[in-house]
Amino acid sequence: MNGAPAQPAARVELRRERDVAAARLAVSRAMDALGARALRKTRFITAVSEIARNALEHGGGGVMEIYNLERPRRIMIRCRDEGPGIADIDQAMVDGFSTARSMGKGLGGARRLVAAFRIESRPGAGTTIEMEADP
Amino acid sequence: MTAAPTTEVSRLLSEDFDGVLDAWFATQKRDGVRRPDLFSDRESRRQLSELLRTFSEALGRIDISEPVDIDTEAWSELRMALSEITLVRTERGVAPWEMTAFMLALKQPVFEKLSEGLANTPERLLAEASDFGRVVDAFAMHINEHFIAERDEIIERQRAEMMELSTPVVQLWERVLTIPLIGTLDSMRAQEVMENLLNSIVEHSAEVVIVDITGVRVVDTQVAQHLLRTAAAVRLMGAEAIISGISPKIAQTMVELGVDVGEVTTRPSIRAALDEAFRRVGFRISRVEDTRV
Repeated sequence: MNGAPAQPAARVELRRERDVAAARLAVSRAMDALGARALRKTRFITAVSEIARNALEHGGGGVMEIYNLERPRRIMIRCRDEGPGIADIDQAMVDGFSTARSMGKGLGGARRLVAAFRIESRPGAGTTIEMEADP
Repeated sequence: MTAAPTTEVSRLLSEDFDGVLDAWFATQKRDGVRRPDLFSDRESRRQLSELLRTFSEALGRIDISEPVDIDTEAWSELRMALSEITLVRTERGVAPWEMTAFMLALKQPVFEKLSEGLANTPERLLAEASDFGRVVDAFAMHINEHFIAERDEIIERQRAEMMELSTPVVQLWERVLTIPLIGTLDSMRAQEVMENLLNSIVEHSAEVVIVDITGVRVVDTQVAQHLLRTAAAVRLMGAEAIISGISPKIAQTMVELGVDVGEVTTRPSIRAALDEAFRRVGFRISRVEDTRV
């Protein structure tokens, strides 16, 4: 989607529930390396947790890549799945909308917790989400 | 099963078995992977001979110029022999890399013997050496996979053990229980927490339950949902849940996520939660008169 560096700094496969924790840990380490402040870290990692779980539960698994962006130095993640995709993205972003029996605040909540949020999805073609943390 | 074509390698192993064995043993000695500190020469030779004999038998059935898939039925005896020798050696403290080097040490002596026997047919020499090399590599890789599988099993077991340890329900006072949560609250653990907690409520006739999340680093919508469901179940049992240990960071994050805790009582610290719990069950903590003067 956007201008990310060619090589991710880290990559986490999302196949089982515990991989969501692994994704959080990997992002947490990347943010520690940049010296991110505690509140920003908590916010971003919570958002990461939401979209990683989405990829797992709705996308049937996926991959999360972590990138270091320059000027200003910040973290970006890209989460891809090959799932059924989202038919109506605007609707999916609304709080309370859920196709599973969950709260339905994951996507909208994640967007509110990060500095930049991009989503690309087509039915049958999977979903890709990019999120940038505050610098 | 059709018989494999006779190759120089199979001829070597049937006619010069002891020669190959000696040379393998010598290469291991030279490479420093023989480990005379762990195995006597006799024991080592017995292990090598067993493995080489199984290999030699397998060569009678399998054509190794075809792609080698060591996971197939034809190789099952050899796989067993490899697993056995790996187990025996690692139990005594042989490192994974040593086990791999141990296997690869078979290549050079066989190559040397092949180049003597096939000196006049360089094309065959090249083909046989390359086939034999591939097979030995496959064995070495099998040994490595064996190690990884074993390690994964240990990690999995420890995870299961930790899971059991990590949800202790503690009675703080008459009718007051607490469950300190630490780490990740995934669905499986949330289920454990709920079960332990509800059973303990019955067991201790508890009226107040403090669910402390000081040790939980991230409260996303799923964790929040697990917590709120637990609180709802506790209420159905006739008790009250207090969620404690919500840090300022987590509070702000939860607000932005849009999580509403509704009627559930929350407290910033376990101390504040205990204070509240005592009030509900009719106790008070008070300072005793200082009698030490």
